Amino acid sequence: MSCPEARSDVVGRGRKRERDTGIGIALYATMRRDLLLLLRRPSTALNPLAFFALVITLFPIGISPDPALLSAIAPGLLWVAALLAALLSLDGLFRNDVEDGTLEQLLLSSRPLPMLALAKVAVHWLSTGLPLALMAPVLGVMLSLPLGSYGVLALSLALGSATLSLIGAIGAALTAGLPRGGVLLSLLVLPLYVPVLIFGAGAVQAAIAGTGVAAHLALLGALLAVALVFAPWAIAASLRISLNG
Amino acid sequence: MSLRLQARKLACERDDRWLFRDLDLEIRGGEILRVEGPNGSGKTTLLKILSGQLMDYQGTLFWQDMPLRHARQDFLASLLYLGHAPGIKAALTPLENLAWYQALAGVDGAEAQRMSALEAAGLRGFEDLPAGQLSAGQQRRVALARLELTPRPLWVLDEPFTAIDREGVADLEVRLAAHVRNGGGVVLTTHQALEVSVPMRRVRLGEGDGHVVP
Amino acid sequence: MWAFIHKLGSPKGFYAFSVRLSPWFWVAATTLIGGGLVWGLAFAPADYQQGDSFRIIYVHVPAAFLAQSIFVVMALAGLVFMVWRIKLADMAATAMAPLGAGMTFVALLSGAVWGVPTWGTWWQWDARLTSMLLLFFLYIGVIALRSAFDGRDSGSRAASVLTMVGVINIPIIKYSVEWWYTLHQPATFSVTSRPAMPTEMWLPLLIMVLGFYSFFIAVTLTRTRNEILRRESAKRWVRDLVGEGN
Repeated sequence: MSCPEARSDVVGRGRKRERDTGIGIALYATMRRDLLLLLRRPSTALNPLAFFALVITLFPIGISPDPALLSAIAPGLLWVAALLAALLSLDGLFRNDVEDGTLEQLLLSSRPLPMLALAKVAVHWLSTGLPLALMAPVLGVMLSLPLGSYGVLALSLALGSATLSLIGAIGAALTAGLPRGGVLLSLLVLPLYVPVLIFGAGAVQAAIAGTGVAAHLALLGALLAVALVFAPWAIAASLRISLNG
Repeated sequence: MSLRLQARKLACERDDRWLFRDLDLEIRGGEILRVEGPNGSGKTTLLKILSGQLMDYQGTLFWQDMPLRHARQDFLASLLYLGHAPGIKAALTPLENLAWYQALAGVDGAEAQRMSALEAAGLRGFEDLPAGQLSAGQQRRVALARLELTPRPLWVLDEPFTAIDREGVADLEVRLAAHVRNGGGVVLTTHQALEVSVPMRRVRLGEGDGHVVP
Repeated sequence: MWAFIHKLGSPKGFYAFSVRLSPWFWVAATTLIGGGLVWGLAFAPADYQQGDSFRIIYVHVPAAFLAQSIFVVMALAGLVFMVWRIKLADMAATAMAPLGAGMTFVALLSGAVWGVPTWGTWWQWDARLTSMLLLFFLYIGVIALRSAFDGRDSGSRAASVLTMVGVINIPIIKYSVEWWYTLHQPATFSVTSRPAMPTEMWLPLLIMVLGFYSFFIAVTLTRTRNEILRRESAKRWVRDLVGEGN
């Protein structure tokens, strides 16, 4: 126990210091904490990658091993499988924080909640979207994806999955307090994923066909910009609803 | 500087049921406000309103005589809230958990501070174990270490005595008394008999038609 | 004016208003839809390309209009509910959602039926049908999310946020789907974007659209009233009202 005298000016001091320091420390610490949690539980980040590979394995088995056929549908398959893998990992984004009470404390921080939520989404993208994008070319080889489209595949996935993380986080925030949110989350989020899928898979197809890739990627970038502007607010509002009704 | 949180004509309706109505409260530095009432009488809801989390209420809250919605930043920077859940990440060690809380408060604090806070909470020797391996009472003590670590004038504590042993209860009572004597304010709910030698007021919820019997 | 809006915003005021107004909309809906159907199905000339099968537009087009409008109105209601905390807006949004989903379904079904004579198949990944299908999923999501919450207040807020997110996305989805469609299947023949229609064909269509909108208003007024009774059943004025009815 601290002695009473030492805490006599507790009221004024604590507050002043906090107002002086920026939001940077809080954002950095939140990202660091979530990355640390991923390091402690690597399966959270590895499972979506395994899922991605597994789904891609199922398609040749279910459809046909014919390289010509596979290479024709590869862009769409890779994009859909990556999208589902990213979706799968969303459910735990806020749920664990709701259960252990840390989200409550995040909401009570005097830092703006949209920014803190954005930090969590950034970690989600770093741990899911980016690895999926890096892994996709390897799976592209297995689907006989034509040469010259591998770079665009990775780039479109990296760009598009950031938007997916942002939109998906809205759904994850809305269902974070529900006992079984998983299927409902997919139902809420998948229709909203359609534009990203169209431009993402479109970019890869354009690269194969040799038509302009730039337009697709530009549109993916535009979607990301729109999501960056709107999603953090929607996530913050949804988190407040999930926690406090 | 004295602190002052006022509630005027506070009323909360949850799914068409009044939890409480016409509630006038005042929390000042130098005293404890104990919220009492049977289960389901809205104690937690009231604490969530008084800590600025729940905004769906009628009436007005004033922080330092300013409406809370205009003084929110300042209010949150003066508040320490402990809820039902301890707010401790099971995969992180107590030290890491506390480091996050320090950073969330905007302080890039030193490890020595965290160590001494954990020591004061009776967790010496446990600071590098994942919190998930600690008992429920020890996890609660990690959360309580924040009282020491981040000095805030207003404490809102929802059942802070849950899961901690008799010694811990006595420690916390001493800490509460010390905080209040130094001009801090405390709002808490507990089923425990509180033995503190500082001014304490009570508010009782859940009697009559959701009205408060002072 | 402000006092009028204020009165309308209270469930009790709206109830009285709705009781007076909804019969007119029911009459308008029945007359317009009845008249429009007879005119459109029996008297309007057959299409030179599609023959009589084009007449399904008299159901398909108004249903599709309504399906989209209802979502926008729901989002506006959600905004009003979230910003000004007017519970009535949420009651109206609750009342509208199943109708919107129903209209989307009607539009999809009539589109599928229409597809048989035009494309020779029940389903074609036509741009409009595809966006309509996605809209249907959005409706399902909103309804499912609302019902997933135990507390009604949280469910209402969650559904409002989702509707607003959805309404920002609807145009994006629409344009991206159109883009996708033109890239993959250059439209040789699109059923809904047609050259100018002769007056005797579009006039009944206009009447049908007006009829559907009246129907929407009538249903919303009536269903909102039921929702008010359900939610306010503990209030005195509702007890008085029910007491009078007995």
